Amino acid sequence: MIPSISQSPFLRFSYATYVGIFFVYLIAPLIVVAAFAFNDSIFPSLPWEGFTFDWFFNDTEPKLGVFHDRSILKGISVSFFVAICVTLLSIAVGTSNAFLFERYDFRFKSFAYILMLLPLVIPGVILGISILVFSNTLANGIEDSLNWDLEFLRPGLVLVVLGQFSFITTIATLVISARLRKFDISLEEAAYNLGGSKFDVLRTITLPYLRPAMFGAGVVAFLMSFENFNTTLMLVGSDAPLTITMYDRLKEGSTPVLNAVSVFLMVGSAFLALISILFQKEK
Amino acid sequence: MDKDISRRLTLWLLLTPFILWMLLLVVIPHIDMFLLSIREKVGPRQYEMGLGNYAEFFGEPFYWNTLARTAIMSVLATVLTLIIGFPVSYYIAKIARSKQKKILFMLCLLPFWVSELVRTFGWMILLRETGIMSGVLQWIGFVDQPVEMLYNDITVVMGLIYTSMLFMIVPLVSTLDSLDDSYIEAGYDLGGNMVSVMREIVIPHAMPGIISGCIVVFMLTLGNYLTPILLGGKSSMWFTGQIYTQFITRFNWELGAAFGFLLLALSSLMVWGGLRLSGQTLASTVAKS
Repeated sequence: MIPSISQSPFLRFSYATYVGIFFVYLIAPLIVVAAFAFNDSIFPSLPWEGFTFDWFFNDTEPKLGVFHDRSILKGISVSFFVAICVTLLSIAVGTSNAFLFERYDFRFKSFAYILMLLPLVIPGVILGISILVFSNTLANGIEDSLNWDLEFLRPGLVLVVLGQFSFITTIATLVISARLRKFDISLEEAAYNLGGSKFDVLRTITLPYLRPAMFGAGVVAFLMSFENFNTTLMLVGSDAPLTITMYDRLKEGSTPVLNAVSVFLMVGSAFLALISILFQKEK
Repeated sequence: MDKDISRRLTLWLLLTPFILWMLLLVVIPHIDMFLLSIREKVGPRQYEMGLGNYAEFFGEPFYWNTLARTAIMSVLATVLTLIIGFPVSYYIAKIARSKQKKILFMLCLLPFWVSELVRTFGWMILLRETGIMSGVLQWIGFVDQPVEMLYNDITVVMGLIYTSMLFMIVPLVSTLDSLDDSYIEAGYDLGGNMVSVMREIVIPHAMPGIISGCIVVFMLTLGNYLTPILLGGKSSMWFTGQIYTQFITRFNWELGAAFGFLLLALSSLMVWGGLRLSGQTLASTVAKS
């Protein structure tokens, strides 16, 4: 079944239909979510009551729009804060790891490399509970022996950031390593010959070369953090990120305000995807 | 000599964040979780080492049934993802022309840029009693009252397939892409038909992609929480839901840790088995996706 080998038109047609149906299956839920953000009804379901922007802009109950819904706005800002922390941390450690694995040889290197990949094959829920358990052990130990109550070791944003960081760093490391591997080492040697110091060479030659990969890793890290649910669920304290807020609302059966938030998330993701594609083309 | 020292120093400088990350966030937490799982409460603030939590898991049919059910449904979802995704990947890799190919591939990736929560929400709107599908079925006269399509196993499996599709299609398209058309033509020239060419040429070539796709999909499905809980409702009986209940609702961390460890063991066993079966390494499989 390739274009150069003739097939019966019926077979070709049914194959194309199958692929078409598949794409409908893929896109349908997204379209539905977006469409009902504009339905003038209290429930995100049929019948269609007419077009409205209330779920974005209205400021009174029962049709409270996104821009006036405090808990959702709070969730968005918390998610932003977490995602920025995770992104910066994972780019920093990811870059350092990339140099470690691409430029240095040390004992147990292959073992360390497998260890580095492990967070990707550990289910997110398990990563979450193991960090919860360990931080709790630490906090209790410190409280019993030194009588210090370390608030940041209890469920809360610090643990959420650490939990997400623990597996997103692996992805950042892989993305940045892949680009460092392609780097022509003679460029650095030339810079050394021209009298550059180690720091100068890193700053003016190697890091600029890595910048697209660092940026790409950053976009992926930001999105993964913003959308993370499994690990966050186990570590969250009183400040809930957006996914947790949305999940709680969803269980109660919510108004189309959730659809409106979802529209923002889709537009945001599409925007980030677009930037990262454009950025990769440019280099 | 001087250069050697500075090189060693840089090595340690780079090793430090790596070691801190690995030890504090991955290795020690898992050891601690294991230690917690073999601890039994014998009185208020009194604990003993023992396998009581694991005994409780195997002694209570509800618990191990949930794990078995989760595992079986994950296998089912993985196989179905492969069966549904393979023709589509083949179409993208081999039949679509260059421009169309790029667009179709991007279209496959598109839904996965959006949060799993949003996608699941979409399915809830489509399938619930007052949802679109129910409305459409009534409108065409197929049924005469609203039908509830949420909260059953078929819907859960369908949702799991949807969530994992990307992780099957990406490795499949990349392995199928690397198969030269002339091999397929040669297969036909030698008298093969569609079935034999598929079986003798295409599938063996795609095997690495099939295996790595299946490993990743199985792992993600087994550890999924949102899709089974939201689409399956209270009766979903998903093992990650049970872990959540023990930790957060019942506050029985010892039993929860044992459950977590069992899930991790099952997941790791499957990943390891899959890698052994296909002779691939973790680096070659995971690093690509």
